[in-house]
Amino acid sequence: MCDYAKASHLYDLSLRKLIGLILLAVNLWIIPSAWAIPKIQSWNTPNGTKVLFVSAPELPMLDVRVVFNAGSAREAKPGVALLTNSLLTQGAGQWDVEQIAERLEAVGVTLSTGSLRDMSWLSLRTLIMQPALNTALETLTAILGKPLFTAKDLKRLRNTMLVALNQEEQKPGTMGTRALYKAIYGNHPYANYPTGTKEAVASINRNDIQAHYNKYYVAKNAIIALVGAIDRKQAEQIATQITSGLTTGATPPKLPKVPKLDRNQLELLDFPITQSHIYIGQPCITRNDPDYFPLYVGNHILGGSGLVSLLSKEIRERRGLSYSVSSALRPMQQQGPFIMGLQTKNSQAKQALGLLMQILQRFVQTGPSAVELDAAKRNITGSFPLGIASNSAIAEYLSMIGFYNYPLDYLDTFIAKINAVTAEQIKAAFQRHIHPKHLVTVIVGPVQ
Amino acid sequence: MPKIFIIATILLSLLSPILADSKVHEQILANGLKVIVKEDHRAPIVISQVWYKVGSSYEHDGVTGISHALEHMMFKGTQKYGPGKFSEIIAANGGSENAFTGRDYTAYFQKLAKDRLEIALELEADRMRNLALLPAEYAKEIKVVTEERRLRTDDNPTALTVEHFYAAAYMIAPYRNPIIGWMSDLKTMSVDKLQTWYQKWYAPNNATLVVVGDVEPTQVFALANKYFGHLQAEKISHPIIRTEPKQLGLKRIAVKAPAKESYLVMGYKTPTLEPTKLEDWEPYALDMLSYILDGGSSARFSKQLIRGSQIASNIDADYSIFNRLPEMLTIDGTPAKGHTVAELEQAIRKQITRLQKEPVSPKELQRVRQQIIAKKIFLKDSIFYQAMEIGILETVGLKWQLSDEYVSRISAVTAEQVQLVAQKYLVDDNLTIAVLEPQPLDSATHPVAYKGASNIVR
Repeated sequence: MCDYAKASHLYDLSLRKLIGLILLAVNLWIIPSAWAIPKIQSWNTPNGTKVLFVSAPELPMLDVRVVFNAGSAREAKPGVALLTNSLLTQGAGQWDVEQIAERLEAVGVTLSTGSLRDMSWLSLRTLIMQPALNTALETLTAILGKPLFTAKDLKRLRNTMLVALNQEEQKPGTMGTRALYKAIYGNHPYANYPTGTKEAVASINRNDIQAHYNKYYVAKNAIIALVGAIDRKQAEQIATQITSGLTTGATPPKLPKVPKLDRNQLELLDFPITQSHIYIGQPCITRNDPDYFPLYVGNHILGGSGLVSLLSKEIRERRGLSYSVSSALRPMQQQGPFIMGLQTKNSQAKQALGLLMQILQRFVQTGPSAVELDAAKRNITGSFPLGIASNSAIAEYLSMIGFYNYPLDYLDTFIAKINAVTAEQIKAAFQRHIHPKHLVTVIVGPVQ
Repeated sequence: MPKIFIIATILLSLLSPILADSKVHEQILANGLKVIVKEDHRAPIVISQVWYKVGSSYEHDGVTGISHALEHMMFKGTQKYGPGKFSEIIAANGGSENAFTGRDYTAYFQKLAKDRLEIALELEADRMRNLALLPAEYAKEIKVVTEERRLRTDDNPTALTVEHFYAAAYMIAPYRNPIIGWMSDLKTMSVDKLQTWYQKWYAPNNATLVVVGDVEPTQVFALANKYFGHLQAEKISHPIIRTEPKQLGLKRIAVKAPAKESYLVMGYKTPTLEPTKLEDWEPYALDMLSYILDGGSSARFSKQLIRGSQIASNIDADYSIFNRLPEMLTIDGTPAKGHTVAELEQAIRKQITRLQKEPVSPKELQRVRQQIIAKKIFLKDSIFYQAMEIGILETVGLKWQLSDEYVSRISAVTAEQVQLVAQKYLVDDNLTIAVLEPQPLDSATHPVAYKGASNIVR
């Protein structure tokens, strides 16, 4: 049937709130006895790539996700990581960009790429019938191991990035987030916005791309997630095949630690719009911080659970000030940010910002109530099975587990870890990590 | 029977047990509620969606946006459950929920562990006929809706261009109005108008319940009967369809808004698949045509305009075959660095002319067929989209069975048919063009920092 994303992109469905909150999680009592957490198998390829595999025999398809520790935090020049990753599919081995597109699409394969601060990834989906499967794997092998990086394709994608960067400048949300990261991270690599800057992108040459590729697109710096109707033996063959063009290489050194924010800072971005965008943030925790679970549950209560969160209840439901108000915890290899954000018509900006700060301060001081904590646990643990019910969702979990070196029983122990969180732990964790006096605030709107 | 090319036939026969949606069951309750259940036993979860046959295309001048505003109010309490309770109960049961309003439908959904389905059905049945519509709640919620409009449209130059584009393309057909409504209509809306709208459209005989997941159909039908069975039907009188007068020449508009890059939208008026003319091949040919232009990285737009001539930075073609009313085949994009919107338009027109002059190649048709078969399988990874497919078809006046037919119908489209619809519909007299003309963004790129000002806003 028709592709909804394609058919509806001109006139977006008017969603009541944005779908796509990642709700990880849940109570054992809710899980039906038949429920099985996907069993993860893991091994290394001969040249050192970690593989995570879940067998899903129900549908005749395979998802392959390959992730490199090669995001913008690793780039020598803003924009290089994204451009390198995008160029992989634009010609490889014996095939130019036209041939790659034709080969894959002639057998219905979809391939997408993406790059953020920590990760750069390729995501491929294919039917497991021949010739689809072999065509997909052969092409992916060349894309990973023998990208061409031709001058012509480089120039074209560089120009596309420059147009996209211009378009970012007309989007208050993007400009606000960009300013927030810059202010929070200063000289740390996380300050780089993954789409780069116009000045830097205009100067990226083939050497920049080749150097980034040579250093980071190596077997030991890759994670492969496989989910689909294949068995372990096939999965091993596939993982070995697609990494066969990669040099062994080494894992890159740890990123520098993020310095703590020691000040309050306000940035105003003048923008001719009817609504002010407000973003507040600070560096927070790494993916492996022992306080992760208390902070995760606490953030869920504060502003991570859509309409039932404290922020949404106070600012949207009780006062009608904003359509979308939320808080987010984005742990990364190093200290990822804690961010709160909303949009409201210009005349209400001051009131809304005051409320945001007041709710945060109160939450840090007192932590959640017993009722709030219980509701959050029920929601997180109850929705956990829903979040791992599709092959695509499992593939994303696998790459996250592999990338951040989580134990293989991460999914099996998740619910117990959520249930073990106490109100005291949440309060203590918030007081350790969230400092209402050390925040960056960005307001995008007409400066009066 | 449609003729299908050989490779597609082989693949189809291999996949037919998976492609056939044989596990769909339907029942109509005495009060007219249609219940459709699709079994998917991959995981012990369920999605429940209630689809109402109402949306922005049912609205008339002065009340645009009322369907969407009502959708917001559906979370603000019934006689039995107070404001926000619906969301709290679903959350406490480990579910996720939301709603969306389109031009032809308003739909509500919950995703839950399978043993929680009953909770969702009880709550949905309750708010189908017993919404409280409290004035105090409305006063707050209409503010939220206006904030949503500012966020999505007013401060977004490309969305604004699209809004003006539809309003220019149609003189009277209701697709001219934005789903979220015109701001002046939102300002004059009232809780009384919502009450009337709710009474008129929210009834079992104007709704479809779609349940997909690890469920037994007989149990779902029993639950549906238990909770929805006693609800009163309503006399549904559909709005008079105001047929858009034939367009008599090219329409062209400019939209001046603060922006950095220009943007182009072109739309050709096209037919849609009509319930009384299901054998019509033209909509399938138009759908095929849109895939020839923009069905992936090897399709003509990417190959010729993004890569070949490098005139487009990005470009899309969209045609939606399942609508209540005739829509457009639209093309939108941004020129590449060093090119103008006028050059982009010329390049697009050349592609249209080519479609009219030469038949598309067998290889291109074959590529689209393979992509559509693969997509159909991939769709089965998501119970949400499986339910959505059924819900849309039923709500625009077609049947869910069309989803099974779709692969073979579009696979049967010939090169000649693509050429014929290109000649018939992709003509200037049928065309509307909107261009975003960027205006200055002032000092947006030069932030002013006030360091150390800790209490400035409080």
